[in-house]
Amino acid sequence: MPSLPFSILLVFLPLSLVTIGGGQSAIADMHRQIVEVHHWMTASQFVDAFAIARLAPGPGSLLATLIGWQIAGFWGAVAATAGIFGPTAFLIYGVAHIWSRYEGARLLRALEKGLRPVAAGMILAASYVLILSLDTGWLGRAIALVSTALLMLTPVNPLLLIAGGAGCFAGLHLLALI
Amino acid sequence: MPDALAERPNALQLFLIFARIGLTSFGGGLSGWMLREFVQRRRLMSEEDFLNGLSVAQALPGVNVTNMAIWIGYKLGGRNGAIASWLGIVVPAAFVIVLIGSAFAWLAGYELSHVALSGAASAAIGLSLAMGLTAARRVPRRVFPLAIMAATFVAVAILKWPLLWTVLGFGSISVAVAYRNG
Repeated sequence: MPSLPFSILLVFLPLSLVTIGGGQSAIADMHRQIVEVHHWMTASQFVDAFAIARLAPGPGSLLATLIGWQIAGFWGAVAATAGIFGPTAFLIYGVAHIWSRYEGARLLRALEKGLRPVAAGMILAASYVLILSLDTGWLGRAIALVSTALLMLTPVNPLLLIAGGAGCFAGLHLLALI
Repeated sequence: MPDALAERPNALQLFLIFARIGLTSFGGGLSGWMLREFVQRRRLMSEEDFLNGLSVAQALPGVNVTNMAIWIGYKLGGRNGAIASWLGIVVPAAFVIVLIGSAFAWLAGYELSHVALSGAASAAIGLSLAMGLTAARRVPRRVFPLAIMAATFVAVAILKWPLLWTVLGFGSISVAVAYRNG
C-alpha cells in the first residue's frame, strides 16, 4: 500500500504532460481523479480550492499544491507540486538545451497549430465540469456567465471580479436571501 | 548576443526577479510582464530570443509561465539559471497559496466564509470559461480542427475519458495533420 503523498504524486505526474495551453486544461481530469476516483475531496471542497487558487498570485497550477496540502499536509503539497510541474519542466529544459542545434520551426508550428483545438476543447470541458460542481444553483451559474461576458468584453481586473462574486454572495447571505 | 544587452544576472538575482513576478501576478497576462522586464527594461535578451521561447512555451505542455521561466533562466544562466528561475516562480507562490488556503480553512467554521467563497468560485469559473472561449476563437473555422475541438470536449466533459489518452490520441492526429499541411 503506497503512502498518501506517493499516490498523490502518481496522480499528478501524468497530468503534468496534458497541461497544454496552461494549467486550466488539466482541471477536468484533476477533478475526476481527486473527487470521483480517489474521493480525496468532495466536489464543493474542490471548487473552493479552485476559487482560492484563482485568488492567489502565481501560476494557476498551484491549485495542485493546495489540493496536495489539503489532502496530506506538507508532503502532499510537495508531491503534488513536483508531480504537476516536474515532467514539463524537464521537457522544456531539454528543448531549450537542444534549441540552438535543432531547427524545429516546422514541427513547432505544427505542434502549436495542432494542439490549439485540443487545448480549447479541454479548457471548455474544465469550465463545464466546474459549473456542474457549483452547489449554488442558478445564482452561481448566472455569476459565472456574467463574469465570462465581462472578461471577454471589458478589460476588467479578474481579481476585482472574483472579489465582486464573493461580495455579491456574502451580501445576499447577510440579507438572508440565500 | 549583441553587445547592447546588459550584464547577465546570477542565479540568485534570477530567483528574486521571478519570485517577484510570481508573487505579483494575478490572473494571467504574465508573458507581457516578462517581456517588459527582460527585454525592454533590463535588456537581458533580444526580442527574437524571447518570442522564440514564448512559442516553445506555448506549444509544449506545461504552464506557459513556468515554461517561460525555465527558458529565460536557461538562456541567461545555464542549468543553474533554469533551476533558480523555476524555483523563483513556483516556491514563494506555493507558500502563499497554502497560507491563503489555511486562512480560508480556519474561517470555514463561519458559514459566511463558505458562502463568500462560493461566490468567488462562481466568478472564477468565468475566468476559465472566458479563456476557453478565447482559445476556441483562435481555432481555425474549418471542419477538421472544429471536429477535434468538439471531440476533445465530449471525451473529457461527458465521457470522462482520462485526459492523457485523450490528448495523446486527438493531439497526435491533429498535430500530424497540421504538420502535413505544413
